[in-house]
Amino acid sequence: MDGSPGIKPHVVSAEAAAGEPDSTTATPSPGLAIEVSDLTVAYHDRPVLWDVDLEVPAGVLMAVAGPNGAGKTTLIKSMLGLVKPAAGRVLIHGAPYREQRTLTAYVPQRGSVDWDFPTQVLDVVMMGTYGKLGWLRRPGEKQREQAMHCLDRVGMADFWRRQISHLSGGQQQRVFLARALAQDAQVYLMDEPLQGVDATTERAIIDILRELRGQGRTVVVVHHDLQSIPEYFDWLTLLNVRRIASGPVESAFTPENLRRAYGGRVAFLSSRETGIPEKSTALSDVAVPPDEKPDWVR
Amino acid sequence: MLSLLNHTTVTIALGAAILGAVSGSLGSFAVLRRQSLVGDAISHAALPGLVAAYILTGAKSSLVLLTGAAVAGLLGMLIVMLISNTSRVKFDSALGLVLSVFFGLGLVLLTWIQKKPEAAMAGLDRFLFGQAAALLRRDVWMFACVAAVVFSLLAAFWKEFKILAFDRDYGVSLGMPMRSLDIILTGLVTVAIVLGLQTVGVVLMSAMIVAPAAAARQWTNRLGRMVLLAGLFGAGSGVAGAVASTAIQRLPTGPTIVLIAGFVVLVSVTAAPRRGLIAEALRRRHNRQKLRLDAVLCDLFELESQHELATPHGHTAQAIQAMSFGEGPVDKTLAELESRDLAARFGSERWTLTGKGRQRVERMIHKLESGNRHEE
Repeated sequence: MDGSPGIKPHVVSAEAAAGEPDSTTATPSPGLAIEVSDLTVAYHDRPVLWDVDLEVPAGVLMAVAGPNGAGKTTLIKSMLGLVKPAAGRVLIHGAPYREQRTLTAYVPQRGSVDWDFPTQVLDVVMMGTYGKLGWLRRPGEKQREQAMHCLDRVGMADFWRRQISHLSGGQQQRVFLARALAQDAQVYLMDEPLQGVDATTERAIIDILRELRGQGRTVVVVHHDLQSIPEYFDWLTLLNVRRIASGPVESAFTPENLRRAYGGRVAFLSSRETGIPEKSTALSDVAVPPDEKPDWVR
Repeated sequence: MLSLLNHTTVTIALGAAILGAVSGSLGSFAVLRRQSLVGDAISHAALPGLVAAYILTGAKSSLVLLTGAAVAGLLGMLIVMLISNTSRVKFDSALGLVLSVFFGLGLVLLTWIQKKPEAAMAGLDRFLFGQAAALLRRDVWMFACVAAVVFSLLAAFWKEFKILAFDRDYGVSLGMPMRSLDIILTGLVTVAIVLGLQTVGVVLMSAMIVAPAAAARQWTNRLGRMVLLAGLFGAGSGVAGAVASTAIQRLPTGPTIVLIAGFVVLVSVTAAPRRGLIAEALRRRHNRQKLRLDAVLCDLFELESQHELATPHGHTAQAIQAMSFGEGPVDKTLAELESRDLAARFGSERWTLTGKGRQRVERMIHKLESGNRHEE
């Protein structure tokens, strides 16, 4: 969390590799919204996440950044139990996810669903209330009002009857955001909520995320645009299969960390845009050719 | 007319209606989840179970035979899931594999036992293409009981099935046991297919899963209405096909039902409002015409704004023609604008905007500008 974390030697201990929880670190720390320890995920024989440790304090607005294929989505999905890790453990407010489901809300990538599904905006947002509703109970007036309120917060109240196939990309994102708001959670995990939205919508979404943080909730956002990280977020995790850095933006968002995460691909960032003083090495100077990356990073 | 209303016909119509309603409504979920071929795999996989049930028990009653069919159908589906989850063989390949292997086994068993004289009497081959005339009253009672169970489960797990079809991962994140719900839904589809085996037959039963749902999707944008409508379409095709095949000799039941369901799809795909092909073509034509009208209106507006003078004046069709490109001559467009009171003749050769036309252009410009300011 000090911004210049040494990468742990990536030797997975035998019991961790066997998928058994590490009993020595089993005590949850208070004040942490998310604790990830020794997380390793592989698809077939290719590691997507390798021995990742993370500690996310409650009440931060955190960006997860890294190049394509860095495992950002996989990290979110393993926090939610959607991906089964080969090793490691995730705690949400001190307990495994399946015990903390009502504390957690999820915004999947917009492209993960079929928007031609026969349903309207309000129905999608009401899905956010299903988790607390339980079996055999149908959503009623209360859930409806809750969903309408959340639609209003994202500026989509006028669209409640709209068939979802008639939404623009930015509107789809806001509908998904409203659905997560309807869950009234403590921890929000969002997979690229700003992808494909215009500047105005981006502002509106960021305002809502800040509002959530202001209420002491924790927001984790997979984010692609490096330039806007210092402005939007107060916490940052840089990922490239392994954790490169994690901590407050001021200490984690350094040229050295970005170079390690992106290899030669951050040359477009000038020092002015990163807000990093001129005297530090220009990113383009320290760029390394991609083939210097470890061979398991593909 | 009387012959259509006799006891047997009523039994057959009722049976076909129930199976059509069940397979149509459940088929909606299969179609929305892009699993249309699952029905095909289940129905083909059911054949060896059916024949094996006869070999083992010697029974001719539908209940015993269909139970065997259901077991084999489910077993086939589980094998498909197993193959696609554990190996690198893709889901659709696994489906195709299980479908043909199980069906092959079923055919082998069927040919083998039909050499025995008493087996020929059991009429197992009716399950290949279906035979509505073989429906008995107690079969219809069984259908009704099964349908009651299916519809209660559908109502009980409505919101869960909806999430399963729309956004499975989100359902998992909400804590819903999506895998179990998936198995329940697949189990219900299996039941629907097995119900249809003796009426529609193994070979064509999957059409009863896909066709009513595909047709219903065309008419509505709400899941509830789609499921309801698919049930009605399924029931309607079932009744029409089954009754026709008993009234007219040498008309095979299964193919007749499927042809009728196919006709419903054809009508829905072409004629449905909004999603239908005709509606889409009309909408496209309307948009093109509106675009053409607006383009000429804007041209006139621009020509006018190039003059400082406040006195009324006009522009020739040639000048407007020179500004527009593509889409043929402007004469027809100008005449259309005149008929809508958006443009007017000025003298014999020239054209000018009316007040209404000018307002429309100004509104368009305003809309474009505010559209840029706000988003989307």
